[in-house]
Amino acid sequence: MEIRELCMLVPLAPLTAAVVAGLFCRVIPRSVATLVCILGCAVAFVASAVVFFGVRAGASFDGAVYTWVASGATLIEAGFLIDPLSSLMMLVVSFVSLSVHIYAVGYMRDDPGVNRFFAYIALFTASMLILVMSNNFIQLFFGWEAVGLVSYLLIGFWNERPTATAAATKAFLVNRVGDLGLLLGIGLIFVSYGTLDYASVFRLANETSGATFPLFGASECSLLSVICVLLFVGAMGKSAQIPLHVWLPDSMEGPTPISALIHAATMVTAGIFMVARLSPLFELSETALSFVLVVGATSSLLMGFLGIVETDIKRIVAYSTLSQLGYMVAALGASAYSAAIFHLTTHAFFKALLFLAAGSVIVGMHHEQDVRRMGGLRKYMPLTAFAALVGSLALAGVPFFSGFYSKDSLIEAVAASGIPGAGFASFSLLTGVFVTAFYTFRMYFLVFLGKERFVAAHGIKSGETPRESPPTMTLPLILLAVPSAAIGYFAIEPMLFGGFFRDAIVTAENHAVVEKILAHFTTPLEMAMTSPASGVFWLTLTGIASAAFFYLIRPTLPAALRSRAGVLVRVLENKYYFDALYKAFGDGVRAVGKFLWLIVDTRVIDGAIDAAARGVRWFGKGLWHAIDGGVIDTILVGGSARVVGAASRFLRFLQSGQLAGYAFFMIAGVCAMLSAWFFTQAKGFLP
Amino acid sequence: MLTLAHYLILAAILFATGIAGILFNRKNLITLLMSIELVLLAVNTNFIAFSHYLQSMAGQVFVFFILTVAAAESAIGLAILVALFRNRKSIHVDDISTLKG
Amino acid sequence: MNVVFDWPLASCAIWLPVAAGLLVLALSPLGASFARGVALAGAVLGVLVTVPLYAGFDTTTASMQFVESMPWIPLFNCAYALGVDGISLPFVILNSLITLVVVFGSGGRAGARPAQYDAAFLLMSGLMNGIFCALDGMLFYVFFEASLIPLYLIIGVWGGPNRVRAAYRFILFTLAGSLLLLVAFIALFLIAGGSFSIADWHRVSIDEATQTWIFLAFLAAFGVKLPMWPLHTWLPEAHVEAPTGGSIVLAAIALKLGAYGFLRFSLPIVPDAARALSWLVVALSLVAVVYIGLVALAQTDMKKLVAYSSIAHMGFVTLGAFAALDAGVSFDRSLGVIGALIQMVSHGIVAAAMFYCIGALYERTHSRQIADYGGVVRVMPKFSAFFLLFSMANIGMPGTSSFIGEVLVIFAALEYNFWAALAAALTLVIGAAYTLRMYQRVIFGEVTNPALSESRDVDRREFAVLSLLALGTLAIGLYPQPLIEVLRVSVDELLRHAAVAKFF
Repeated sequence: MEIRELCMLVPLAPLTAAVVAGLFCRVIPRSVATLVCILGCAVAFVASAVVFFGVRAGASFDGAVYTWVASGATLIEAGFLIDPLSSLMMLVVSFVSLSVHIYAVGYMRDDPGVNRFFAYIALFTASMLILVMSNNFIQLFFGWEAVGLVSYLLIGFWNERPTATAAATKAFLVNRVGDLGLLLGIGLIFVSYGTLDYASVFRLANETSGATFPLFGASECSLLSVICVLLFVGAMGKSAQIPLHVWLPDSMEGPTPISALIHAATMVTAGIFMVARLSPLFELSETALSFVLVVGATSSLLMGFLGIVETDIKRIVAYSTLSQLGYMVAALGASAYSAAIFHLTTHAFFKALLFLAAGSVIVGMHHEQDVRRMGGLRKYMPLTAFAALVGSLALAGVPFFSGFYSKDSLIEAVAASGIPGAGFASFSLLTGVFVTAFYTFRMYFLVFLGKERFVAAHGIKSGETPRESPPTMTLPLILLAVPSAAIGYFAIEPMLFGGFFRDAIVTAENHAVVEKILAHFTTPLEMAMTSPASGVFWLTLTGIASAAFFYLIRPTLPAALRSRAGVLVRVLENKYYFDALYKAFGDGVRAVGKFLWLIVDTRVIDGAIDAAARGVRWFGKGLWHAIDGGVIDTILVGGSARVVGAASRFLRFLQSGQLAGYAFFMIAGVCAMLSAWFFTQAKGFLP
Repeated sequence: MLTLAHYLILAAILFATGIAGILFNRKNLITLLMSIELVLLAVNTNFIAFSHYLQSMAGQVFVFFILTVAAAESAIGLAILVALFRNRKSIHVDDISTLKG
Repeated sequence: MNVVFDWPLASCAIWLPVAAGLLVLALSPLGASFARGVALAGAVLGVLVTVPLYAGFDTTTASMQFVESMPWIPLFNCAYALGVDGISLPFVILNSLITLVVVFGSGGRAGARPAQYDAAFLLMSGLMNGIFCALDGMLFYVFFEASLIPLYLIIGVWGGPNRVRAAYRFILFTLAGSLLLLVAFIALFLIAGGSFSIADWHRVSIDEATQTWIFLAFLAAFGVKLPMWPLHTWLPEAHVEAPTGGSIVLAAIALKLGAYGFLRFSLPIVPDAARALSWLVVALSLVAVVYIGLVALAQTDMKKLVAYSSIAHMGFVTLGAFAALDAGVSFDRSLGVIGALIQMVSHGIVAAAMFYCIGALYERTHSRQIADYGGVVRVMPKFSAFFLLFSMANIGMPGTSSFIGEVLVIFAALEYNFWAALAAALTLVIGAAYTLRMYQRVIFGEVTNPALSESRDVDRREFAVLSLLALGTLAIGLYPQPLIEVLRVSVDELLRHAAVAKFF
């Protein structure tokens, strides 16, 4: 099969599965829906793997497969750009998707909406693949919105829960703020370059890199900076960077497989992927890179702190996701795109693993999510505990585990960067290392080791113990544990230093941080062996040790500390008051809407129109009274009537009814007429 | 010798008497009818006088017409009068003012 | 060329529905089902007429096609002149389809006098087609005014409790605007040396001050119809009181007359004034998008919410047309106008679907208040899926027709001014906020309304109607090419014409 047909197969297989399972979700039995979706996903995975190895062997593809809009000189097409970057993403997405599909068979066993669920995740897989395989901006946006929609549907999957549907709406809206930036960025690219094709845009941007844009009236800004910052706003929404991060912790209302698939491994990395994909643009704008760097570093540090105080097992993992996304974004800002993608890949595996382990714990605990009511679970759920340990070690960045390689090189890259903000970023990321290790192991210790505190948990009756999950759930755990542990060791050399990405990622010469770290890199083994020589290793170790000290050796200490550090804890527990702020903002906007509606629309505009209408009526009334009533009625009509009346009154007086009177008048009249005749006409008779 | 003027003067006296009867009679409708006959009589006298004076028969033909009409008129007048009296128990002229506007 | 194409198709598109409507009225004493059969046949015929209209349409020329002309009032040089071009064809088709949807979708359940109800829509459909096909100013005006009557009756007879006031306001607002239109037409008649032909008006040169006055008259007339802020307050009221079918026709077709008027009259006849005053229209459009969006956010009545969102969407139409008029030369300006036109067609489908959905809910529970709902998905899952699709279309999700319209308009606005585009793009957030807020409260959650818990899911008729509309929005969203090809040449010609100054 040609690469083009293979690529068509990759998104179309899960899409078809989603359509089948979605349209007939009320007709077909759950086994069929499940099977169809898993099959679709498996086909996508196999095809992605074939494409991946084809690309490793040097193949590539960039071309349109469908013309969407062709009008005049404008051509908007759907197409694929298959290069090392997208083929890697395809592999990661389809692999994690497949694992989650299999895992969900067990996790969603008792849910009545399982067909719908599988339709959604298959649709998600297809959308995400469309996003990463795109060769143009509009298809990117298409996939971008589609994954947002599916994410909305899945967060609100249990739609009888008000918290879930509110979280879904919130996620969609916050993402839309980001999409606003993305769409404007894409629009600016379109109006500036007249095309939306990646390759053409990169070429034209390079040719006109000095172009300016009149953003604030007269003062000119660099066009590329404006475009890149706008595009990055989109990434901030999808990859949950401060201040658009608020939706991600809430999204944990969705089923756990979704948290693993969408809100840890794939969708939230779409922003990272996009910036890496658009590296030729971002490299041309130092301003945008600095912005990216600072936002990423800030997010990584602030979100890490929140993981320390959180008590919901899924939310702890969610905050760690936020923090790790911050790491990746910071690496992008430092132009270490390959390091970011490397971390994205390892993170996808170990974070999906952690989420699925958390889901396994939740099922085992009968849907209890509070870590304070767990403890000592290792005894009952050994496989899950093992998986969680691997995931935690990888997340904390312990040598030899995948997270170590990606995070370590990422931190080195940021340290090597020289753009504005790099110093702050480097400091934040180093602090973050300690914080990450601390909250990761806090969670591990609280859940799997220590005293058994689950007697009080609501799902578990006394005397009962949590049970290990079924094989459909533990199998994906093992499936993911292997790459979580090992992929870093095997992938670092080709991905970072072996030219794996070829020309998919472009780095300007003065930003070549990856080359700098290459200078003292020899082998993955040596990198791990020599790590004790660096501060990062000791920060990790201190983090783990502190967690052990606080939560295993002296478990009473955290509560005591908590009561001491009042303000700090309050700030952290309220998540820096972002939610309160946004809620106030939202309420304010609605209040403005209400004001515009009830006051401006109803009172002012309608009032003015009503007043005008009243004025016209008034005028009409005036006309009625003055002209109709005064002139016409009184003078013309009434006047003639009155004249007739007066005449009648006079004549009536004459008509006395007395014959004598009539006779008198007749005679008087005859006399008068005769006299008149006599004095005028009859002059001849007179002597 | 009786001249035309004598007849005319007589007719004028008769006419004036009739008119006066009409104008000043406030009591009885019968008097009124009689006064009307007087007026007609005056006219007849004039017609006869002029007929003789002008030697033309037309005047006398008119007189016959008038006499006939006057007879019919007074018959109808009397009939009305009787009906009126039956209804109102009065033929007093002042009482009859139904046509007063 | 087939012999069918020699028929006066434009006349057929107008008079067939009108004849069918009159026939329904005449035959209504013979029985409701019989009258209904005739009404359905009329609506289907109305759609069938547009098939050869589309099939025989030549997308390579901007000139009027299917032209008919005969003298009408020789004294004033009025002609019965009809024809379609790329700008009017989509609306003739949309109008016929929406009429079918309304007549079929009403299901003869429109309370009292179902036959008269169907007949009113058929008459309306014919008159609307007349507006889109008229090539003579006076003919346009007659159809423009005549089409008010059926809609007035539909609102006033079959409407809600305050229907009389709403119908009254509807007719007064539009009439006030269209009288100015008549004044402008008479002025053009005199300027053009005694001609009511729109083509003559396109050609005649007009000095700048007169252009401005005529433009302002057009703005008032079409701005009321559209409606533009601040002439919009009649619309929510009319929508709330109108029966479902009335709302559908009002949103899907009647509002389009305003935008159609801008494209057919304002841009080509007074291009210089249109260019000089484009800032005004753009500003009013942005106010519509942002201000009306915020107002929609505060609504508690679903129909009012969709009515306000209609105003915001129509703001996009004028924004696209006038931003494109003033955009830089490097930009393919036709895209802005095409975006505006696609937005019009798309809104015709999506708003019709939204109103149909709300009507379906209203039929079951007799409430339009968001607060009276919740948990609809539990009793009506198929309905909820459709409603989700249309809600997503309402907020411009890629893959639906509104995305293409909105994106092209935003692109044009970006070329016009960055901040204008930013304000327009705010609809991405605001639109999503009010639509999803409604969706969340109505569809999700637990069932609390007892009337709702006894409701049934969509029946076959509703399923068919909703499927048709869903198909429409997805077809344009995924395969817009046929529509764009119909529009392209006419829009190019329109902009080329509008770019040339008319006064000397």
